[in-house]
Amino acid sequence: MSLKDTLIPFKAWGNLVKKPVTLKDPMREGAPRYRGFHKNDVDTCIGCGSCEAICENEAIVMVPAEGIETKDGDSGLRPLVDYGRCCWCGLCVDVCTTGSLSLSNEHTWICEDPEELKYIPGIDKKPWDEKEEGWKKPVPNYHFYGQERVSMEEMEAEERGDSFIEFVKGYSKEQAQKEADRCVECGICVATCPAHMGIPEYIKAIRNDDIEEGMRVLYETNPLPEICGRICTHKCEDVCSVGHEGDPLSIRWLKRYIADQVPSDKYKEILDTQKIYKGDKKIALIGAGPASLSAAYYLSLLGHNCTIFEKLDKAGGMMRYGIPEYRLPYDQIDKDVKYIESLGTEIIYNTNVDAAKFMELKENYDVVYVGTGLHLGRSTAIPGSDHEHVFQSIDLLREITEGKEIMVPEKVVVIGGGNVAMDITRSIARLQKIKYGKVGVITTSLEKEEVMPADREEVVEAREEGSIINPGWGPKSIEIEDGKIKGLHVVRCLSIFDETGRFNPSLDEDDKNFFEADMIVESIGQGMDISYLPEELKEKIEFGPRGRINVDDYFQTSLDWLFAGGDMIQGPDVIHGIANGHKAAIGIDNFLNKK
Amino acid sequence: MSLLNIETDRSKYPVKGEDGKLQIDLDSHKYVKLWQGPNHPGVTGNMALELTLAGDEIVESKTHVGYLHRGFEKLIERRLFVQGLPTSIRMCVAEPDSNEYVYSTCVEQLSGIDIPEMAKWIRALLLEMARLQALLRVVPGQGGTFALGLGVQWGVYMRELILDRFEELTGGRVYHMFMTPGGVRGLLPGGFKKRMEENLKEIDQFVINIDNLMYSNSVFKKRAIDVAVLDPSWIDKYGAVGPVARSAGYNRDVRKDYPYLIYDQLDFEPKVMNHSDIYNRSRIRWYDIQTSVDLIRQIMAKMPEKGDIKAETPNVLHWRIPKGETYVRSEASRGEYGLYMVTDGSDKPRRINLRGPSYTQAVALLQDLLVGANIADVAAIMVSLQTCPPEIER
Repeated sequence: MSLKDTLIPFKAWGNLVKKPVTLKDPMREGAPRYRGFHKNDVDTCIGCGSCEAICENEAIVMVPAEGIETKDGDSGLRPLVDYGRCCWCGLCVDVCTTGSLSLSNEHTWICEDPEELKYIPGIDKKPWDEKEEGWKKPVPNYHFYGQERVSMEEMEAEERGDSFIEFVKGYSKEQAQKEADRCVECGICVATCPAHMGIPEYIKAIRNDDIEEGMRVLYETNPLPEICGRICTHKCEDVCSVGHEGDPLSIRWLKRYIADQVPSDKYKEILDTQKIYKGDKKIALIGAGPASLSAAYYLSLLGHNCTIFEKLDKAGGMMRYGIPEYRLPYDQIDKDVKYIESLGTEIIYNTNVDAAKFMELKENYDVVYVGTGLHLGRSTAIPGSDHEHVFQSIDLLREITEGKEIMVPEKVVVIGGGNVAMDITRSIARLQKIKYGKVGVITTSLEKEEVMPADREEVVEAREEGSIINPGWGPKSIEIEDGKIKGLHVVRCLSIFDETGRFNPSLDEDDKNFFEADMIVESIGQGMDISYLPEELKEKIEFGPRGRINVDDYFQTSLDWLFAGGDMIQGPDVIHGIANGHKAAIGIDNFLNKK
Repeated sequence: MSLLNIETDRSKYPVKGEDGKLQIDLDSHKYVKLWQGPNHPGVTGNMALELTLAGDEIVESKTHVGYLHRGFEKLIERRLFVQGLPTSIRMCVAEPDSNEYVYSTCVEQLSGIDIPEMAKWIRALLLEMARLQALLRVVPGQGGTFALGLGVQWGVYMRELILDRFEELTGGRVYHMFMTPGGVRGLLPGGFKKRMEENLKEIDQFVINIDNLMYSNSVFKKRAIDVAVLDPSWIDKYGAVGPVARSAGYNRDVRKDYPYLIYDQLDFEPKVMNHSDIYNRSRIRWYDIQTSVDLIRQIMAKMPEKGDIKAETPNVLHWRIPKGETYVRSEASRGEYGLYMVTDGSDKPRRINLRGPSYTQAVALLQDLLVGANIADVAAIMVSLQTCPPEIER
């Protein structure tokens, strides 16, 4: 050992003249990315529970929070964090579907009561709520689930423009599974769906490639999956939590994928309905639309004998006679209807129920259910609207389905901004393309484009097919010359509803426009036709303020043997009809059991 | 096989019986049974050494573990793949990033995911920072086992500087949880490289200071040189890796032998020595600090400024991985650190098993290396093998 080795360690004494490096009190702030205590923007949060699902320590529990109301797209729950379990990994922040959850850079909290260390961020106020710094969801391109929807293959506009063949091709297995993978299983869609379908469950079945399980889940709440998988108004997708930062899931197409995979002859085996006990109770259902079909399906499963009376020669109601074939092919309606018929429901076609027939049904059946829908078109009642070449969209759509030849001139104007208006626009465009090789439809509506009730994709696709959509105009009069329609005079519509929220369009009379046309189609809504109800019954039935029949939670009217459902009561759309038909089936069963 | 230069009366020592085992009769009052651990300042964690002493020399040693078992492997087998990450890091507290790396890479390999280039550079940076902070504790810690506490205090401060950078980059000081399966959770914050360089300069000075304080120190040398010499033939026999193997002449380093991430783009040569005593086993880690500092500088200079940080992965809430198995290795400060993962098509791993250097080095190797050593050197020998009990038991 050298002398150097003995002396050199004493160099350490040099530190005596250096400034100490010990941390001073108070503690410094955490770094801008520090993962400290939780913050939550409760107004942005929708209570989807993804944070709870990803938490490996079960430190997060979703609880009802004060001041938060349960509404569409918001479960009303908020995360409660338990710091006895939290490990501050921040995965809850990374997975948050709305980006509301974050961590502050605050890292000291001293309290005597351990229970205090459980709190609901954002609801229970904390000193760090206003702190800007702390862990936030990493950006960009950092996602825990797919953001982009798997695109659906469709026919190009040129290809589909002169044909009524279904143009949406449907998902392949790979596409469906990839789309199903994006689901975070929050279940917010279940609450919003009128039928409360088990959406996360059937999407899970797709992921697991268990189509049979998917079918079982579908039929628990919806006996028309082929139909709904194509034309449902998909309110579920409007609230999908994945849609807050990316594209919402294609829930409708996934439903269609399941139903498309199963051939009709497998239905009974999969759904375990080969043998159904039948009792002696009889139910008459008027109108073979979605509500009656749904009610009949669930009543059949409950052992009741159902007979549906349909005025036209095919079942489906508005689904067949209101929705064009390119959106909903008739064979798919038949597939769903045939299965319902196979369970014992009898459908009697071409039978118009009038007052006398109605009383006969009342005598011969235990319960009568009416689901006759909204099949009366509404007129704009503007000057000239009584001309013979002014049509109601609903009448034209029915005639197209029936195979009748309708008037198809070169120039047509459609008044209306809803999905039915788009249906007739696109149907006429197809007929014009076939007849003249070109399209000449102008569709106008009171609503501006941003607030048109029609689905966005309908508007886009109609334009692709050559129709002109020119919204934001109020119809004034129809110009008629020599007994022939020349066109439609319109003025700019500034707003539709007044300050109290009532329908009261405000028009700018100076901003005028004129759409040339040989024929006008009105598509501004439908009304119900209940002329088949005998007058003495009408007096006994309670009606609501807007002329709708009053029903209870189970769609029973003030006459205990009479139930009502479908578009007459709720909606109008197919999924409401299916939902209230199902509910009515439960109500009817309860009523019959008490009898 | 005592190599200590102490004259002892060998007649009092046990001899081997016919069965080849030492004949130790505790009732003879020749021997003392002494437990070092499970709680002992000289044991780096919770484990116990059952020592039999003749005088102050160890004639028999047994390692006992089981005091720190938390069942992390089983816990991970009951969690989703993404949830396994925060659990996996806890298997080795001293250097959690190696756990993150091997865990996430196993998940990625079995899912067939290739992470973006940027994420690879950031992962390598994190791994080198983790190595550096671990070495900053263990190198002066070797002095601590000889009651030279000053270096430990310096080392702790230097380590805190690196932890500051960790906090800035990852949001956590000790547990970073930054390498999620698929990539990393962020880019370097603005000004990070500048601040890191300032810290590295301080560490450069620390390296010189610690050389003066420990490796040139006559007392340290006296206590460490030629103590607990490891025969090179024991390296493969006991599966010793990392600095322990390199100190005995084995040029083994996973970063060189099986390059991962971007290590093949870096210029470095791990130090190799030819005489594995306490002194060299510690000294080689002192060189490793310098290698790490150099590598951090290289990574910061060569890494791209921007780029994707995460590959597209399945939805983490129901990430399923097809049937398969894989073993992913990395070089931790202690040596080869690997994870074996088996998947069965479900959303959770079927089996995971960690291969940590301490398992072989601190259980089997340590108990044999202690025979013949002086009782005063037990802690030093243990630290010279860089024992990490949490990683032994998981």
